[in-house]
Amino acid sequence: MSTTTKAALAPPAPAKTRPARTRRGLRGSRAFNFWLFISPFLLGLIVFIYVPIGWSVYLSFFDARFTVTPSTFIGFDNYTYMLTDPKFVHSLGTFTVFAAFIVPTTWAVSLGLALLVHRLRFLRAFFRSVFFLPTACSYVAASLIWKMSLFSGVRFGLMNTVIGWFGSDDVAWLASPDPPWYWLVIVTARLWLQSGFYMILFLAALQNIPGELYEAAAIDGARRGWQTFRHITLPQLRATSTAVVLLLLIAAYQAFDEFYNLLDKTTWGRPPLVELYYTALGQEQDYGAGSAGAVILTALIVLVTLFQGRLMGFGRGEESK
Amino acid sequence: MSAVSSSNWDRRSILRAAVGLAVAVPLAACGGNNGRGAGSGSGTQLTQMFHAYGEAGTEQAVKRYAAAYEKANVTTQWITSADYESKLFATLLTKNAPDVFEFHPQIQMVRSGQVADLSDLVDPVREDFNPADITSHTVDGKVYGIRMIDDPQFFFYRPSLFEKARVKVPETLDELIEAAARLTTGKVKGVYLGNDLHAIVNPLIWSAGADTLDAKNEIAYHTPAVVEGLKKMRKLFASGHLLLGAPTDYWDPSSLSQGLCAIQFCGMWAMPQFQKALGDDLGVFPFPKTADSGKPSVYNGGWSMFVNAKGDHVDAAKEYVKWLWIDQKKDQEDWATSYGFHIPPRSSIAARATRLKSGLPAQGVKLFDEFGHFDNIGWTQAMMSATWDVIADCVREDGDPEAALDKCDRAVNRELKKLFG
Repeated sequence: MSTTTKAALAPPAPAKTRPARTRRGLRGSRAFNFWLFISPFLLGLIVFIYVPIGWSVYLSFFDARFTVTPSTFIGFDNYTYMLTDPKFVHSLGTFTVFAAFIVPTTWAVSLGLALLVHRLRFLRAFFRSVFFLPTACSYVAASLIWKMSLFSGVRFGLMNTVIGWFGSDDVAWLASPDPPWYWLVIVTARLWLQSGFYMILFLAALQNIPGELYEAAAIDGARRGWQTFRHITLPQLRATSTAVVLLLLIAAYQAFDEFYNLLDKTTWGRPPLVELYYTALGQEQDYGAGSAGAVILTALIVLVTLFQGRLMGFGRGEESK
Repeated sequence: MSAVSSSNWDRRSILRAAVGLAVAVPLAACGGNNGRGAGSGSGTQLTQMFHAYGEAGTEQAVKRYAAAYEKANVTTQWITSADYESKLFATLLTKNAPDVFEFHPQIQMVRSGQVADLSDLVDPVREDFNPADITSHTVDGKVYGIRMIDDPQFFFYRPSLFEKARVKVPETLDELIEAAARLTTGKVKGVYLGNDLHAIVNPLIWSAGADTLDAKNEIAYHTPAVVEGLKKMRKLFASGHLLLGAPTDYWDPSSLSQGLCAIQFCGMWAMPQFQKALGDDLGVFPFPKTADSGKPSVYNGGWSMFVNAKGDHVDAAKEYVKWLWIDQKKDQEDWATSYGFHIPPRSSIAARATRLKSGLPAQGVKLFDEFGHFDNIGWTQAMMSATWDVIADCVREDGDPEAALDKCDRAVNRELKKLFG
């Protein structure tokens, strides 16, 4: 409280800012505030993220079957096992196919939606909300709807009803990998769930492009449509595009819910997280091998992200525009 | 401007409320969802874990039995998810593990010290149990679980549709494939084996004259007859006469009772529901022989009670299990015959179960006695999942059965090496 009196003696000029600072007194130190604001998040981060990661690394060097407090150290055996396990290696392949398809498709669909909504003169808020709403739906709920009503294999499934009008036989969309209809189910579910969110990001970026640029381009003789889009809009969206691609890639790496819920007891269509779930938490209860797989996967994600950041200049701020 | 700033304020307070909620909801869930909150004070708190039975009244029945127990407060966790085993395995590693749970006999739970020795509970009434149900729960002379119900699994079919298509009850897998073809019409598929076909793996093996493991705990399923069976199964899968992608799985009677198929692989438990929906238009037959060298088979599945050996109240849990699953014969009979139909593993109760003595239930019991194969405690979840991969690789996908079985051998041998050295 003594600090208050000191404040009263202060010269008038900085007095405007002083009371606020001195009111906090000793606690006003930057370091204290830093830790005050950071610590809840840091604590959460340590307890829920870093400790589990550390534990996982620890487990990956042990023979941990049916236990998370193992005692038999086995060195790199789990890593050798995972890297020579055709299922795990195959799951990385599955992920690559999935990412190679879903990332550009979602990027294009959400950009397309954003351009359409951006050009609307009325009902813009309505359409923005309509396209954004699926984001609020859970992957599990959507997967169940996709599996049981849209793409159910029986005659009254929605898709089978539709193709039935054209005289086609019922298709069991999720039963067999040949033809791989299950990708259609997975990709459409994910597009429906994701596109709206990325559309909002693109919409914000579109609204940030100064109108003068388009005016200048028009004066220089640029035709509206493709030419303006190719040379003005797209370059202006570069930073957002980079961020969106990065987020999509991470989301693809994290893909779990729809694969897990749509495909039962398959040996195909299993991205790494699903494979690791079955290894560690599912039937096998092999926490050692599962953790080794998780560490390998984390290393891969870090590598790809760094590489992509270097390639596309994400995080370099203004200059990347 | 004021409008803008006030809307800013609104957004912020909404955000704050949202963050508050996001923090509060999981916390609240932590508080109430551990399955131990409900008891009313005095006595020991016990938790029991069950998978969700499909028959109406089962959950209430389990809770009713538990409520009648006076020496402890027993809370029930009723797990509705499809992968009960994953849930159970994961929970058993935590502090929230149930004290008592139902599962199937699997040796890895014994080896990892997760299930308690219940020999002293079973010994006084050992003679009353079906000997196979004792054997399947025994490791090195100790009994680790108490069988509650035996559930034979076989085919249900509609005789009226068989008559119309002039099909007789199939005695070989080839005849089943042919019957499926003749029974398939525009709206009805011939056969339903479940969406992922995992339920018929063991019957397919047994009906080929093979077994999962032999007496020395070595692989016994990798035989030419099983390969032949897998090839036939692929033919059936690709024929278009198999119901696939149905809204409910094989254990639910809906596919047959709602007319999606003419034959369904299911279990004795669903018999009352089938009878209610189809009346007398219902018959049963075992899984037909896969190859000439084989013999029809029925999987005598079922559920058993286990005590968590790492729990805080092992003795209290054992006492509860003894009280309910050894002493309370009335409840045991109620559990086996009042909801779905199950065969009581104890002969004294089976003798009283009049509902299973005549008509179709009696035929089910006959299949159980004549063609039944019980669980092998050495055949674990990881091995089962390896055989499910075989079905995925060479029945649902057009792979080579030999290659699929080789892959399975590697996985099963890895497990066997860990369990038996």
